[in-house]
Amino acid sequence: MPTNITLEVLRYMPEDGGAPVFQEYEVPLRSDWVVLDALNHVKDHIDGTLSYRWSCRMGVCGSCGMMVNGEPTLTCAAFLESFAPGPIRVEPLAHFPVIRDLVVEGSDFMTKLKDVKPWVIRKEEKPLSEGEYRQTPEELADFKQYSMCINCMLCYSACPVYGLEPGFTGPAALALAQRYNLDNRDQGNEERMELLSNDEGIWSCTMVGECSEVCPKGVDPAGAIQRYKLAGAADWWKSLITRKSK
Amino acid sequence: MSAMKKSNDPFWWTLFGAGGAMTAMLVPMLLFLIGVATPLGWIEGPSYASVSQVMLHPLTKIAAFFLISLSLFHWAHRFRFTLYDGLQLKHLFQLIAVICYGGAVAGSLVAAYVIW
Repeated sequence: MPTNITLEVLRYMPEDGGAPVFQEYEVPLRSDWVVLDALNHVKDHIDGTLSYRWSCRMGVCGSCGMMVNGEPTLTCAAFLESFAPGPIRVEPLAHFPVIRDLVVEGSDFMTKLKDVKPWVIRKEEKPLSEGEYRQTPEELADFKQYSMCINCMLCYSACPVYGLEPGFTGPAALALAQRYNLDNRDQGNEERMELLSNDEGIWSCTMVGECSEVCPKGVDPAGAIQRYKLAGAADWWKSLITRKSK
Repeated sequence: MSAMKKSNDPFWWTLFGAGGAMTAMLVPMLLFLIGVATPLGWIEGPSYASVSQVMLHPLTKIAAFFLISLSLFHWAHRFRFTLYDGLQLKHLFQLIAVICYGGAVAGSLVAAYVIW
């Protein structure tokens, strides 16, 4: 078993005015190390100028998504050994502008998240004195899967449609919209349908399915969007009929 | 989210979805029975006379028409996006839509002509 493995890390330092280049780092190939540990090793012991995002190290915060050997990956969940003998190529998430090294600009995604109105919408709030909105385990199960998203943006990086059409609302935001649409406390379906049943919303998706392949949380955005399309199509036919009968 | 234009994709997607579901359910079975199992003698297929009798029934004709037509619309929708995204021809979107859906309409007309 070799004791080291090579990382090929994309470096981009705009202040140097140079083009992005790959830089190689030799790191110990430890069985308990993930790619993020290797990057931390580089940062602490080899090259302090390397920039990347991370926080929790346990697949919860969604900060450390990067392209690892061309695949959108949470680097805290990717063991070095699974890439042995290497080299391991680490790049910033595809389809996003790069700020520096492995750090991408994700504000487009943040805007889209907000655009789908990801909160419980009530036509009328009931007074506090009537107590909480109760939910059965079955009602919770209807949407729970879609609430597991950690906003890591791997699905945007994997989605070829988002790569071609940056206007596309995208997998995570649409799955999040479904999380609220399928929540029985929510009454915002119509409002969200207005926003999302258009050429940049659900109808942009061509069901490639890569979003669900790379999702570290099993959210299945592709499935969420297909269900959304079914609801959108039903809504469209219904509006056609009601428009005619007026 | 700038463009709030109402999409007409729901219409094509409905045909696409219906075609996909129908094709996935019926075509493999039909192909296996008529195209593989019967010619290879694994099963004794129905005679020509009985097949043509079934095909002449109005309900069979309707079912055959929908199967063929919806399959074509399924193809049209998928092929349209293959050309848009796969070959990066989005700028020709009107031409592509006309060719794909027009092809499905033409194919459906031919199917109707042959069946009836």
